[in-house]
Amino acid sequence: MNTLTRLFQLGLPSRRLPHWGDAVIFFLLAAFLYLGLRVGLGSPEVIKGPEISLSPQVLPYYAGLSVRRMAAAYVLSMIFTFVYGTLAANYPQARKILLPLLDVLQSVPILSFLPVVLLSLSAIFPLRLAVELASIILIFTSQVWNLTFAWYQSLTTIPRDLQEAATVFRFGAWQRFKTLELPFAAITLIWNSMMSWAGGWFFLMAAEIFTAGERDFRLAGLGAYLQEAANQGDTGAIFWGLGTLVLTIVALDQLVWRPLVAWSDRFKLQLVEGESEPTSWFFEAVRGSWLANSVVRLLRPVACWLDDWLARRFPWRDPEARAKARASWILYLLGALASPWLLYEGYQAGLMLSRISFVQWKLIALAVGATMLRVAGALAIALAWTLPLGVAIGTNRKLATWLQPVVQIAASVPATALFPVVLLVALSLPGGLNAAAILLMLLGTQWYLLFNIIAGASAIPQDLRYTAALLQLSRWQRWRTLILPALMPYLVTGAITASGGAWNASIVAEYVRFGGETLQIRGIGAQIAAATAAGDYPLLLAATLSMIIVVSTINRLVWRRLYQLAEEKYHLD
Amino acid sequence: MAENKFLLELRHISQIYGAGERRFVAIQDVSLYLEEGEFAALLGPSGCGKSTLLRIITGLQRPSSGQVLYRGSPLVGVNPYATIVFQTFALFPWLTVQENVEVALKARGVPADLRTSRALDLLDRVGLDGFETAYPRELSGGMRQKVGFARAMAVEPELLCLDEPFSSLDVLSAESLRGELLELWTGGDIPTKAILMVTHNIEEAVFMADRIILMEKDPGRVLMSLRIDLPHPRHRKDPKFLETVDRVYMVLAGQTLPEHLELGTAPGEPGRTRSLPDIAIDDLAGLLEHLSHAPQNRADIYALAQELQVTSDKLLSLIEAAELLGFAVVAHGDISLTPLGETFAEASIRARKEIFATRIRRLPLFRWLIAMLKAAHNKQLEWEVIQTALELEFHAEEAERQLEIAIDWGRYAELISYDDASEMLFLESDGT
Repeated sequence: MNTLTRLFQLGLPSRRLPHWGDAVIFFLLAAFLYLGLRVGLGSPEVIKGPEISLSPQVLPYYAGLSVRRMAAAYVLSMIFTFVYGTLAANYPQARKILLPLLDVLQSVPILSFLPVVLLSLSAIFPLRLAVELASIILIFTSQVWNLTFAWYQSLTTIPRDLQEAATVFRFGAWQRFKTLELPFAAITLIWNSMMSWAGGWFFLMAAEIFTAGERDFRLAGLGAYLQEAANQGDTGAIFWGLGTLVLTIVALDQLVWRPLVAWSDRFKLQLVEGESEPTSWFFEAVRGSWLANSVVRLLRPVACWLDDWLARRFPWRDPEARAKARASWILYLLGALASPWLLYEGYQAGLMLSRISFVQWKLIALAVGATMLRVAGALAIALAWTLPLGVAIGTNRKLATWLQPVVQIAASVPATALFPVVLLVALSLPGGLNAAAILLMLLGTQWYLLFNIIAGASAIPQDLRYTAALLQLSRWQRWRTLILPALMPYLVTGAITASGGAWNASIVAEYVRFGGETLQIRGIGAQIAAATAAGDYPLLLAATLSMIIVVSTINRLVWRRLYQLAEEKYHLD
Repeated sequence: MAENKFLLELRHISQIYGAGERRFVAIQDVSLYLEEGEFAALLGPSGCGKSTLLRIITGLQRPSSGQVLYRGSPLVGVNPYATIVFQTFALFPWLTVQENVEVALKARGVPADLRTSRALDLLDRVGLDGFETAYPRELSGGMRQKVGFARAMAVEPELLCLDEPFSSLDVLSAESLRGELLELWTGGDIPTKAILMVTHNIEEAVFMADRIILMEKDPGRVLMSLRIDLPHPRHRKDPKFLETVDRVYMVLAGQTLPEHLELGTAPGEPGRTRSLPDIAIDDLAGLLEHLSHAPQNRADIYALAQELQVTSDKLLSLIEAAELLGFAVVAHGDISLTPLGETFAEASIRARKEIFATRIRRLPLFRWLIAMLKAAHNKQLEWEVIQTALELEFHAEEAERQLEIAIDWGRYAELISYDDASEMLFLESDGT
């Protein structure tokens, strides 16, 4: 279990202190955001979305549409991951830009990307296609970063002897990828894929319903169904929608992810036999099935042929020759061509920002502060209940056997799907939207903490627990000397993921349209959402950039340090 | 063309890291050759650069200067006629035994049916038939290394490089694997033209090789080349065998030098700073106790290795420490306790610490460290500061290791302590 935290790749900044490269990247980002906005200005003024039917019969169809969107985004993520991660791992010059860029990209509030993406796409493509593409791109941005980090990290941590063996035995690029790199990364890629899908569901709900000013972009799908049901206050439909969602997620888990995890057990690097291997009934079923085996047998010659063809296509090249062939001049040329254009766009973005008045900047700062408090509050509440429960589940096998599945199903429901329901209830309570916003952040993020705490607690060695019992430590002493230190790396890992999620959730949580009314509270998420709705692009740009800067600064100054401390001091090995 | 008779020739190979003040020579001007039909062993203590040399020979790494000639022509890139058997086996854990061998053939473009038959034939020859479908994790260390050998031989290399192939195996399987390799090699069953083995185990080198190339560290260099004319199979109890082992120990253990030379100079001063050997102090005490029970407090070093059941590498490090601290002297392959060493061996735990403390105060590295700490505010300094200063003498990795050893010794002597949380070194209160 000790390796579990490592399976989830945290995209932590590689440097503690801000670097000049960051300034370049913020600049580039501003330029790109501005570019998207400018393209978007050319899209039609009024757009009507499709009608969303609330009859339960359409649910399988809607679920299919949503899954298709997720799958398309996932395929896109994997392609991006292989290209980007490989470039970053193999080209030192490219790495200097690519890694910090990835750091920043993952702290970009994904939801504020949507208007930019959508508006610019709808100016280029036919509307239906543009909306579909925009939702896929949005989901993509919620799935891709941890995968890319995982792949990059894998590539750079392949043991030296295996690398050298591949070189001495003259593996070509394809053979290296197939025999060394992909198997080595398989386990972490699969775990990260599961996490990416969970993140994807969260944003799918938001990506299917989107309005910008008078433009109403909607896509038929589970997310739109739930939103519509909540809007009309149709409890039956909400029930059906949630049921379908949970069913879809559980089915994917059982039919895709569990079998993959069970199958990928063979890619463990340790040369010792593990005690508890992951199991999957579906994997066993497929493996034992005559039909599946015959299909595999039929396909084998094709696969062999393809493998040989690819091996011939990408033959062995000497590392030295490869180094020479690395046409870095192409990169430089591209850079030289693109930079004046980017400089111009960046300048325009600067002009746009200069239209923001001092008062508005002050409001943005206050809003960031308000959201930060909410994020901290959500984290504190999450910690307060997940810590005791997680330790209880992690250290008590009996409790784990019946609680773990319950927790897993509860966690599989994306918080955004529940949000309309939460609103129905919470708006009538004291605290109103403020409480509802914190609740939504909580719903989305507490599970990361809980799962990490469970993993951490079950990794506490039995002999240490016996020792604590033999020493007759009091409950408080036991927590202070054993449990909390042992949990530290897991807690920090969970908290980093959770806080990232909470920041992102602020955009949907602080500004809601519900039953024809618009409700909002002070917060950076609300500002972004409101600016989007009002079509106030300078404000949208300013608010988004502010949020990126704050989140990535917090990552660097707080989380990165905590993580290093936890890794160095509290690692149980 | 005299050079053509050599399969492999190294000319003035140097490996240098860093530049300017922080320039460290890992390998200094190594020239050597390998003839066809020869089994040579590169033998030296850890840190002498022998594994780096192996990587240079196979083309995995480029030397800073010098030339590698293979069959008389300069080597460009990775040598296609050489393979490596790795210390850590380097098997792909997700491939079966057979696939692990086939994958090497596949990379050379051998067609599928031929791959299978050649892999099966080789596995048969190393005695692994029946295990074709097993995964590496299901095999013992010795069997894993057999797969490593089969895979290396599958591509029919002219030059087979062995990178400490037996050092991560247990004693028994290492011994049987050595015998089997020699059988394949001396029987001429494999197309290999020459074998080059890197090892730090003296007996292993004498047992297997036709020629031993002895290396020394700080900086990594070749001391001498020693031909071994004993016929195979060799017997470890054979007086001639023992005599050869003794000779090698004699060369590697050297002679205890006059004190000012033995101790070297402090970091930053002209002259070479003596590096501290990486040993456990309890092991050192064990060695001294053992010697104090020996007749006349002296022993033959090669015999010690057998009596104490330690590897030659570890034994040489312990002896180096004993010399450095003035507990023992080495001459002509023999080690004898000094009166001080005898006192230490018989002393109580507390007294040992005091003797140790007075001894390490004489070492220039400690004198320098203590002086620095005394001069510092609050008599403490950050790890980083000291490491940076040490990096004037050692390369970064070695500087870190030296500091770790210094802290370990300083803690034992109760002279220096170190707080891991604040990464600060400080002088113990009475460490004035």
